[in-house]
Amino acid sequence: MDSNQEHLDALRDIKQMMERSSRFISLSGLSGIAAGACALAASVYTWRLLASRKAYGEDYRQLAFETGDSLKMQLLTIGGITFIAALLLAFFFTYTRSLKNGTPIWGITARRLLWNTMVPMIVGGIVVLRLLQAGLAGLIAPTCLLFYGLALINGSKYTLPEVRWLGYCQLILGIINLWMIGYGLIFWAIGFGILHIVYGAMMWWRYERQ
Amino acid sequence: MMKNPIEHLNKTFDSRVRLGIMSALLVNAEVSFNELKELIAVTDGNLASHLKTLEEAAYIKVHKGFVGRKTNTTYAISKAGEKAFKAHLDALEQMIKGVK
Repeated sequence: MDSNQEHLDALRDIKQMMERSSRFISLSGLSGIAAGACALAASVYTWRLLASRKAYGEDYRQLAFETGDSLKMQLLTIGGITFIAALLLAFFFTYTRSLKNGTPIWGITARRLLWNTMVPMIVGGIVVLRLLQAGLAGLIAPTCLLFYGLALINGSKYTLPEVRWLGYCQLILGIINLWMIGYGLIFWAIGFGILHIVYGAMMWWRYERQ
Repeated sequence: MMKNPIEHLNKTFDSRVRLGIMSALLVNAEVSFNELKELIAVTDGNLASHLKTLEEAAYIKVHKGFVGRKTNTTYAISKAGEKAFKAHLDALEQMIKGVK
């Protein structure tokens, strides 16, 4: 019956709007691509740094367990810079998109998204610091991937629902990495680099392509 | 003979835009004009006229504020609006059940 279909459509519209309006939808795919590119660049740089060490007869998989202090500092610095650069670039592209759409970036949805991703991330950060202190450097890479995956799944309720799948992929990588200690750099390059770029490109193609 | 259920449907919510506005306001404490525009994908003028209708029906509350120098108008659902919209949803549901 015609009018019945009409009412069903109306209810579907309402449901969709309730869903969409409680999410931060300005998140740009380009943010994902930029963050992924940062992570890949840092991975390559780190790879070469470690390879140069290897030339002196050190195996980088061993280094995962017994890093000298100077190397530890160097790696931490690279990690920190990468994280900040990725965050700034991601913010930049999302900000640009929100300007174009005329949506305020600091709305309720943005605040909710930020809070719900920050909580698992901060806890993850504390765990990683403790692992480092305890000399369990080999567990750092999988721990980062696992907490980041959880943060994404938690955050996906407040932004584009596809973020959830990126989260699941990070979790799978993190879990595999738990049994492949020492290959953290490769898992990071895949998780933070390639997955971000693939996700970002898909989101850009789906929502922003004109 | 069953009573015509259409009479329970609220005429004010007869448009897709107004339906969208009410849905967004029901699940959010307040939503800005620009957020609504992005969500519903309509022109400024179209959205403004529908908001006006809802405001006149006293279903929504308007709050005019500023972000820096730009005006930032936000909207919230009123008690009457919440009641009316929920009744409308119930009527929609009843109709679909009734026809089946």
